[in-house]
Amino acid sequence: MDHLVEFPGPMIETHDLRRTFKGRGGAVEAVRGIDLRVERGQIFGFLGPNGAGKTTTLRMLATLLPPTAGEARVAGVDLVREPQRVRERIGYVAQGGGTDPAVTGRAELIIQSRLYGMSRAAATARAAEVLAALQLDSAGDRPAGTYSGGMRRRLDLGLGLVHRPSLLFLDEPTTGLDPQARANLWDEIRSLQHGGTTVFMTTHYLEEADALCDRLAIIDHGLIVAEDTPAALKREVAGEVVTLGMSGSPDGPGSLEAARALAEAQPYVREVVPDDGVIRLYVDHGETALPALLRLLDGAGLPPQRVGLAQASLDDVFLRKTGRSLRDEAAA
Amino acid sequence: MKLLRDTWLIFERSLLLTLRNPAWLVLGLMQPILYLVLFGPLLKSVASAPGFPGGGSWNVFVPGLLVQIALFSGGFVGFSLVAQLRYGVVERFRVTPMSRTAMLLGMSLRDVVVLVSQALILIVVAIPFGLTVDAYGLAVTIAILIALGLTLAPTSYVIALQLRSEDALAQFINAVAVPMLLLSGILLPMSLAPGWLGTLATADPLLHAVEAIRAVFTGRPTDPAVPLGLALFAGLAVLALLGARRAFGRAVA
Repeated sequence: MDHLVEFPGPMIETHDLRRTFKGRGGAVEAVRGIDLRVERGQIFGFLGPNGAGKTTTLRMLATLLPPTAGEARVAGVDLVREPQRVRERIGYVAQGGGTDPAVTGRAELIIQSRLYGMSRAAATARAAEVLAALQLDSAGDRPAGTYSGGMRRRLDLGLGLVHRPSLLFLDEPTTGLDPQARANLWDEIRSLQHGGTTVFMTTHYLEEADALCDRLAIIDHGLIVAEDTPAALKREVAGEVVTLGMSGSPDGPGSLEAARALAEAQPYVREVVPDDGVIRLYVDHGETALPALLRLLDGAGLPPQRVGLAQASLDDVFLRKTGRSLRDEAAA
Repeated sequence: MKLLRDTWLIFERSLLLTLRNPAWLVLGLMQPILYLVLFGPLLKSVASAPGFPGGGSWNVFVPGLLVQIALFSGGFVGFSLVAQLRYGVVERFRVTPMSRTAMLLGMSLRDVVVLVSQALILIVVAIPFGLTVDAYGLAVTIAILIALGLTLAPTSYVIALQLRSEDALAQFINAVAVPMLLLSGILLPMSLAPGWLGTLATADPLLHAVEAIRAVFTGRPTDPAVPLGLALFAGLAVLALLGARRAFGRAVA
């Protein structure tokens, strides 16, 4: 129960971690060999489309699901051999939370503390401390069912950290929250980091990943397809993105395809990615590429209906690595 | 010891949750009390029929109602687990170092306490009608009800873990509970049954609980039905708890 237990090595280290589910239609490889290294004190973001193996990986690391194969050390302990000792050192907040609406926030925090071995007196004191830290003291003696979405989420976070874990897992911590409540929760997560806690979180929100995470990993089809700092990931994709919406038929398959082929042949276009009725062209210098592209397409009788120019974002990274847009995922 | 401590914590939480919503307790008692008031008096004239055991119609009838309480009170506890699963509470607890067995034991212990309280209330209510009890009879009855509760509650939890839906659970329980109830001789003793029905009824474990409690209530304390009922349900309780322990250890919430 000591604050931040001492151990050598990184906070999370996995080698070829795998998970196969046996279903009626045969075995499904949800996670197909993941190598991860999360250093202490980081906020590590885990991104991926739905069904990519994100939650399965998180649940394995949080001891809820035994890996089919591979090795992992979590908070200095062998995950497969000693899940019980891992549990003492980690906290976990599920996407849907984990409170009974009939139980008060204080009672939930007290039993949670006691399940981690605290005495009744210590648990009571700790519950009061956590309620105060999360600005829930006035709501502490009300059933959790009466809380707003943001309050409920703060209570969930509190339940994950009553025992001062070295490592906290957060599954989609701000999904469904309004911007104010989200910003509030970000502050809480940052202050955890300042206190020395390592945070491993999944998210659907780009601005969240960008603003909060020190490092990001993108998982797709059960494999990690990219891993770096948000800035380095964005740098890798390219400077700018030109978006072209083509005229002609609304879906414009013909003109879209023709424009795509034409653009792809230009030396200043690094990559072309179709995205829901438009094409996205990755270029180094948008201000010179855009007029050149317009001249080219006009000359070929393929005038674009709409054009856009923007800095490459994390969504472009995601789109390039997985072929899907994170914005669609967030809306899904 | 960690297991005992964790069991106590879960017991305490579960009992508080039950007491916070006493409607369930009242509803659980409502049905047997209705049977007592609206059906019990009919038995007075039936009691003289050939094959009806002696000892007074109330002392024959109330043991059946006690087992009925156990069946419904114990059988339906899976509902509370389905709710806890849906709220994410079970998963939250599974990430803590808490013993998985403690979760099963703590909840089952709560169920037994609820069951015994309901049974005692029913006995007290039945006394003015003409029920007579002695200390030995009461002790045997409580022992059998505890074993019955520790058989039915873990079984209900295992089914809840498999089905994970209130609707499916309700249908399952009704499908199983009604034939068990009818064959156990709760309403009328199986001594009235024709041969084939009597033979079929001996396969229903609940019959042996009813028979044992009926024996001590009707002045037959040394009847072999008493040790048989006690031993049978002690064994079934151990099996149910061991099976449920496995299911709780494996279940992925």
